[in-house]
Amino acid sequence: MEHFPILSIMLAVPAVAAILCLYTNAATARWIALIATLVDFALGCWLWASFDLGPHAAQWQFVEFQPVFGRFAYALGIDGFALMLIMLSVFLMPICILASWEAIEKRVPEYMAAFLVTEVLMIGTFAAQDLLLFYVFFEAGLIPMYLIIGIWGGANRIYASYKFFLYTLLGSVVMLIAMLYMIGVAGTSDIPKLMAYDFDPHVQTWLWLAFFASFAVKMPMWPVHTWLPDAHVQAPTAGSVILAGVLLKLGGYGFLRFSLPMFPEASAQLVWLIFGLSAVAVIYTSLVALVQSDMKKLIAYSSVAHMAIVTGGLFAFNQQGIEGGMMVMLGHGLVSGALFLCVGVIYDRLHTREIDRYGGLAINMPRYAALFMLFTMASVGLPGTSNFVGEFLGLAGMYKVSTTMTLLCTTGIILGAAYMLYLYRRVVFGDLTKDDVKAMPDLSLREILTLAPIAAVVLWMGVYPESFLKPMRADTERLVARIERASPKGDSLPTAGHPAAKPAHEAHGEAH
Amino acid sequence: MSAIHYLVFLPLLAAAVAGLANKGAGSTLPKLVTTGALFASAALSWMIFLHYLGEGTEPSIAPVFTWIASGNLQVEWALRVDALTAVMLVVITSVSSLVHLYSWGYMEEDPDQPRFFAYLSLFTFAMLMLVTANNLVQMFFGWEGVGLASYLLIGFWFKKPSANAAAIKAFVVNRVGDLGFMLGIFGTFLVFGTVDIPTILHEAPSMGGSTIGFLGQRWDTMTILCLLLFLGAMGKSAQLGLHTWLPDAMEGPTPVSALIHAATMVTAGVFMVCRLSPMFETSHVAMGVVTFVGAATCLFAATVGTTQTDIKRVIAYSTCSQLGYMFFAAGVGAYGAAMFHLFTHAFFKALLFLGAGSVIHAMHHEQDMRYYGGLRKEIPVTFWTMMAGTLAITGVGIPAVLGNPLAIGFAGFHSKDAIIESAWAAGFPSAFWIGVIVALITSFYSWRLIFLTFYGKPRWAASEHIQHALHDHAHGADDHHGHDHHAPATGTGGYHPHESPWTMLVPLVLLTVGAVASGFVFHGFFIEPEAGEHFWRGSVAFNEHLMHAMHEVPLWVKLSATFAMLGGLAIGWLAYIRFPAFPAAFASAFRPLYLFLLNKWYFDEIYHFLFVKPAFAIGRLLWKAGDEGTIDRFGPNGFARLVALGSAGAVRLQSGYLYAYAFVMLIGLTAAITWFMVG
Repeated sequence: MEHFPILSIMLAVPAVAAILCLYTNAATARWIALIATLVDFALGCWLWASFDLGPHAAQWQFVEFQPVFGRFAYALGIDGFALMLIMLSVFLMPICILASWEAIEKRVPEYMAAFLVTEVLMIGTFAAQDLLLFYVFFEAGLIPMYLIIGIWGGANRIYASYKFFLYTLLGSVVMLIAMLYMIGVAGTSDIPKLMAYDFDPHVQTWLWLAFFASFAVKMPMWPVHTWLPDAHVQAPTAGSVILAGVLLKLGGYGFLRFSLPMFPEASAQLVWLIFGLSAVAVIYTSLVALVQSDMKKLIAYSSVAHMAIVTGGLFAFNQQGIEGGMMVMLGHGLVSGALFLCVGVIYDRLHTREIDRYGGLAINMPRYAALFMLFTMASVGLPGTSNFVGEFLGLAGMYKVSTTMTLLCTTGIILGAAYMLYLYRRVVFGDLTKDDVKAMPDLSLREILTLAPIAAVVLWMGVYPESFLKPMRADTERLVARIERASPKGDSLPTAGHPAAKPAHEAHGEAH
Repeated sequence: MSAIHYLVFLPLLAAAVAGLANKGAGSTLPKLVTTGALFASAALSWMIFLHYLGEGTEPSIAPVFTWIASGNLQVEWALRVDALTAVMLVVITSVSSLVHLYSWGYMEEDPDQPRFFAYLSLFTFAMLMLVTANNLVQMFFGWEGVGLASYLLIGFWFKKPSANAAAIKAFVVNRVGDLGFMLGIFGTFLVFGTVDIPTILHEAPSMGGSTIGFLGQRWDTMTILCLLLFLGAMGKSAQLGLHTWLPDAMEGPTPVSALIHAATMVTAGVFMVCRLSPMFETSHVAMGVVTFVGAATCLFAATVGTTQTDIKRVIAYSTCSQLGYMFFAAGVGAYGAAMFHLFTHAFFKALLFLGAGSVIHAMHHEQDMRYYGGLRKEIPVTFWTMMAGTLAITGVGIPAVLGNPLAIGFAGFHSKDAIIESAWAAGFPSAFWIGVIVALITSFYSWRLIFLTFYGKPRWAASEHIQHALHDHAHGADDHHGHDHHAPATGTGGYHPHESPWTMLVPLVLLTVGAVASGFVFHGFFIEPEAGEHFWRGSVAFNEHLMHAMHEVPLWVKLSATFAMLGGLAIGWLAYIRFPAFPAAFASAFRPLYLFLLNKWYFDEIYHFLFVKPAFAIGRLLWKAGDEGTIDRFGPNGFARLVALGSAGAVRLQSGYLYAYAFVMLIGLTAAITWFMVG
């Protein structure tokens, strides 16, 4: 290895810290976890800063390769997509630790260890360059989350973790079989090589469906989304943040890394399926979100609707769509994470997620009200916030393929405004009448430290998204070039105009 | 950094300072900062505007930085200034700075003043971004930004359920329009490969005859693009169908109504159509739709305005109706006239709203005109300024007929007559007649407002707000809620209305200057054929021929608006001064018509029945019957039941899942490894 193995170190730091945590008491474990995640965040920033964006930059950077046995290798490396998702993970992690600082009281060392292991596995998933290595990280990532819900979750945690597990298991078994087949046919488990390998179009469809079974659940797409509301409702706050912030991005990353470049023909063939399910998801889950009385359930359903824009955008086969899909993933990771933190803040005070138990928080918690408003508006996709850029690009890309599906998905901006503002109104606005709600203090410094950084990045991403689009641009271009041959024909097909037909008096506006 | 940068970003900076300082620095600092910034912006705006009036200048574009770059989609943050923008800059910053000043007095006793002023300045910033946009996406940024500020300000008194409901309604109904706007942008990008407005306007004329697929059908390209974009304009400018949020928006503090829901934000749709006028010119169908929607709104809102009793709602419907005028002016191709009316309307409508605020202030928050009366001696400055506003909106003036060489009148006289005459000249007699009829109705409801408020005998005693005020004075704090609607008490009840403080009167007086003079002083630049061509310089599709034709309409056409105005005044005078019993008798004689108008053509009820209720019902159905009743029942729960049949107990089973999961993974991996070792 010629250079500093930064990716391995980013994996090692939380892994070592996780082990250390198990052998200490609660207070020390908290500090170990915080420091380890902060170190990883610092390493992540370094990674981003030293990521080569020049015109002749390599697609895969920070590559590490160590044959293990047979065709199996410990191969790491990242491109721009992976870089951005790793940044999202390492950014959210310290925030999760801080958010759990006081809320978690039982078995703290184990809890912190579980989070640190999650971090290892997430970074590993995004950095893996070997198909089987990816599979291990990808699937193992669910185990700590399963534990977090099952041990530190709410009253109905067993049912939730069972559902979570059942859905994901079924998909992953099929995917593993497909992976083994691919390795056999292509003769390599190297992801970059597989991305350039042309599978027989007939086989592609089956492989695509096998991967789809796993990614659709992780996404989650309608109708395999019902594990998400339960998992969120039962998970502790930080668990929800990671679940919404990073784990939901695994499905989108999978589509981007595997389905599109490895099976372009099948992807094009099945665009109707993705678009159809996405459009249904936007309308269906938005309407369901409207009638929720549990805050976390509402935000969970809204996540399904937002992730549908991701799938729609990714399968638009053009630069705007793919970059939009990625931006929604990043934006949603931040915003829904922040919204879950906002729920956590008041849950910690009143121990209920019932929307109707609150009201009038703007009076006694003005700082909270302001930050919650910002994240609500970001979730609604207000321009100037992160989610607008993604939604706009994603839908603009989708429009080039199907105007009808785009129209259906764009209704999300109406329904999203309805359910989010309705939520905000019931929690924050209104008069302050209930005595226990009156007694709730405004944000503490620790809580501000968890929310303010996210707020800053949400605005940054909304006003100057170039910082985030730039690392992904070359990769998107490569991907678009790779799948162009299968690109579906749009339904717009504008014809050329007849300049002669222009009205007689029209020219005055321009010519004079 | 050029003047335009300061002009646009000072309000943002002020909003940030006021918002972050909030109550930490008392309320004086945020008020000073925001108001100061706005007056600075207003001064810069007038400088730019005078520049365009004078020698005329080519459009300038001041770049800020790149916003979104994705493939061939390039979106810049940039500030464009041309004549059209300059007009809007003056309107926005002048009204906004006066509204800031006015709010010093009006919001005096409110504990949340820093937040209020921060929102006002934030709104101004977003509005400035909208009108300086050089591409559709930045316009959309401003569009949504003003929507946010409008939402926050309508719901400013967030303890009131009605204010919250109105705020959400405003945002969501606007989003319906935004759906069209967004699809319009997508379509425009698809067709032209850019969202840059000058490029699009340059290319648009060559797109005539082109067709495009949309929702599975083939359409004329420019028609579908214009109609989608126009849907956005309809939402923001409260046009028929998407107007329902505007009357409810009156829940916000009155300065907000004046600034956002009268003078500036609601005119954004008109601005958009004018900005994109070369695009709209390419589609006769789209122009026809704009004309039709504008005329229909104009008529609809005016009829509803005649029956409302809340002083702010009357003015709100009046705004809706005047916006209709602007749209049908744009629809017939008279963009100069549309912008002219936008310009004059901003002054006189802001004046009317702020005047109404002054009345409400004097009457201890009573907004129902049935409890007003006889106020002209009590609050003379408010009375005279509102009188000027009414003379302006009804279009009082002397037309240039019968040897009179120079038409002269209040602001609305010049702009509204221009619209009505150009509708005739452009060959839209139906729009012309609607314009004339609405001029009559406008005059009627405007004078009705003046007569009910300032003339007649005081009817204050029956007002619960007034009673509160009296009780508060008499007994200190008093929660006497048993007000009696059944006793139509008249008289003053011993209440003494007080004129507003100077901070509120100065804006009224300054706006009066605009309401009186802005029409006469500026009509040359906006609508005269040669001067207009020189002033607009292609920033709107200024139609010189139409403007010539407008001046040559028959005598009776020129006089029609003035006669309609006089007719409305006469009816108002008869009904509310001469025979005050007449309106009630009329209402009971034509009860169905009265109820139809009083209930605003039942739009709210129909929408509630068609959209709101079904959305919740379907949501509940999908949740209970879809997610829980079908997907879960036959999915995970069904699977669990199946497995549990052959198992000792569910608990053991479920706690075993983790191990099963790890086990399956291991099996898989072992299989894989074995396979590789062998292979």
